[in-house]
Amino acid sequence: MSFRARHLLGIQHLAPDEIRAILDLADKYVDLNRRSIKKSDALAGMTQINMFFEASTRTQASFELAGKRLGADVMNMSVAQSSVKKGETLIDTALTLNAMHPDLLVVRHGASGAVNLLAEKVNCAVLNAGDGRHEHPTQALLDALTIRRAKGRIQRLTVAICGDVAHSRVARSNLILLGKMENRIRLIAPPTLMPSGVEEFGCEVFDNMREGLAGADVVMMLRLQKERMDGGFIPSEREYYHRYGLDAEKLSHAKPDAIVMHPGPMNRGVEIDGELADDINRSVIQEQVEMGVAVRMACMDLLARNLRAERGAKAAGVLV
Amino acid sequence: MTIFLENALIIDPEAGTETTGNLVLDAGLIAAIGAVSSPKGAKVIDCGGKVLAPGIVDIGVKIGEPGERHRESFRSAGLAAAAGGVTTIIARPDTNPAIDTPEVLEFVTRRAADIPVRIRHMAALTKGRLGREMTEIGFLLDAGAIAFTDCDHVVSDTKVLGRALKYARSLDALVIGHPQDPGLSVGASMTNGKFASLLGLPDVHPMAERIGLDRDLGMIEMTGARYHADQITCARSLPPLERAKRNGLPVTAGVSIHHLTLNELDVGDYRSFFKFSPPLRSEEDRKAVLEAVASGLIDVICSMHTPADEESKRLPFEEAAAGAVALQTFLPAAMRLYHAGAMDLPWLFRAMAFNPAKLLGLPQGRMAEGAPADLVLFDPDAPFVLDRATLLSKSKNTPFDGQRMEGRVIATFVAGRQVFGKGDT
Repeated sequence: MSFRARHLLGIQHLAPDEIRAILDLADKYVDLNRRSIKKSDALAGMTQINMFFEASTRTQASFELAGKRLGADVMNMSVAQSSVKKGETLIDTALTLNAMHPDLLVVRHGASGAVNLLAEKVNCAVLNAGDGRHEHPTQALLDALTIRRAKGRIQRLTVAICGDVAHSRVARSNLILLGKMENRIRLIAPPTLMPSGVEEFGCEVFDNMREGLAGADVVMMLRLQKERMDGGFIPSEREYYHRYGLDAEKLSHAKPDAIVMHPGPMNRGVEIDGELADDINRSVIQEQVEMGVAVRMACMDLLARNLRAERGAKAAGVLV
Repeated sequence: MTIFLENALIIDPEAGTETTGNLVLDAGLIAAIGAVSSPKGAKVIDCGGKVLAPGIVDIGVKIGEPGERHRESFRSAGLAAAAGGVTTIIARPDTNPAIDTPEVLEFVTRRAADIPVRIRHMAALTKGRLGREMTEIGFLLDAGAIAFTDCDHVVSDTKVLGRALKYARSLDALVIGHPQDPGLSVGASMTNGKFASLLGLPDVHPMAERIGLDRDLGMIEMTGARYHADQITCARSLPPLERAKRNGLPVTAGVSIHHLTLNELDVGDYRSFFKFSPPLRSEEDRKAVLEAVASGLIDVICSMHTPADEESKRLPFEEAAAGAVALQTFLPAAMRLYHAGAMDLPWLFRAMAFNPAKLLGLPQGRMAEGAPADLVLFDPDAPFVLDRATLLSKSKNTPFDGQRMEGRVIATFVAGRQVFGKGDT
């Protein structure tokens, strides 16, 4: 076992062997989750707090379920509505929670880097559940697990990431993870939704979807982040769908066995054709949700092991 | 009191020379320079061969009075300036309320009367720095305003700006602009590129500065007002600046010491002490701008001293305040440029003292008989590790915390009086 991290703040900080360790353990949790008794005691006695400064249904439910299946006491703080409105700063909220001795803090925040800032101020393990347009590491890990199970490997694949790359933390984390695992990455987006300097990330950049999809093993669609659009990135949703929405015709340019992924929630008819999204022969979107719970269980299990080891060492007076 | 400074390496930025010699300070002025001997009854200070230069004239220092005295008061800024070798503070009007009436200007002038260094106040160009109506430029000049600026608020209405510039021109008032296209730069906290994309932070293309500068230069060509660009930080802003100067427009430009010594990568893991306005640039831009200072295209280096309390910095990067305190770190940071061989000491003090004083019509910044005895004595090689807690500013937001620096101020003199250093009076 080679997972060494204290926090899971981003894929950026993980080494390839750490990524593999997470995926291997997650595979075991997939098996557990398919049984009728889905319980482990990996986090027994531990407290997990989900702190979502941005509204989320899917990710929060996934983390909650993951924690409960591992035996943790899980608390959801919907910070979006509470103390922040009263003017409390992020750090004060974190310090308040820290005083309650949680073991795992799952945080989503609208500002890039906010979770890193918070992790500096608390004693527990922090999991980034998405910060601004920076990273969403568990999404990239669950995508990697889905790909590995569908394709039998997570190396030497051609992966096309299409859509609103500029505003997407999912795209960034996937870009970093797939790059670390030595895949060929293509980014497809209208130029207004492509972040600056991406050519230097070692990926190919396309604004024509058909060219970008040619020969791809994996097609990863991104959600058009409507709530982030402060206007005028694209002319209209229908033109966007016409040029960048994934349908059977555009998909035919990818490899015949290419899989279709989407982090959800989907805008059917904006970035993906509804029928295609439901096509069980091509779409692995439901598997992604399933893998999400398993990957989050694996991440929390591994972080908890490191946390226990650290506390044990501290109690024994050993410097780590 | 007469002071005799002996055995100093004397920097003359005007002549571009450094010579070993002695200096006599009397009645607030430099009375004699060179191989002179001590007058009777003078206080003798042995400089030990260290560097003696005209004190720094720092254009664009933010002080929190009125409105934000917890960030910086005149007193704390004055002490920090004296300790940093800054002998003339040119204070910014981006206070709360803005310094936009003769009454507020008189208030700050009175508040700042007994600080250890010289201070002159700039006034806002438009009321409330809102870019809608010009301030009472004439009254403000009479009350002592040394220049007019809305600081980082760009006057986006060119009609308003045009009128203000025309009016300023008739009074020969200096206008200081912030070249930045407000549309492109709205909400940005980084310079556009790979690094900003990786961090997922909103960014601005360097072209925003060039467009802002182009526009301002057009307005100057139209009105003939005297104009100083507060911070030129990108390579692509340099050709239009060069052209404007060649064509004889009354234009000068400055750059902050941070943009000369740091680049965008220093932001690292969202370190908000490295957030500036405009944001830190690429290494290529930093080098190009440094060369422009060395060639004289950029006239002035300033500190852009901007105190920010812990609360406004301990936030996610996008939400954190921009700017850094710099009165005390200005000189050691500038020594990085000297030690890197980018320019010699006379040229540095040309950009930090002689040029800004000349531009503002002040007699400071010169090492000549009859010039004001505003001087800094320092050891350019003395190493130290900066601990921000030791800074005299009320705010401690410096990007140089924990960094190795060279250059220690031994003594500072203002109007012939020692205001910092062992045995100061």
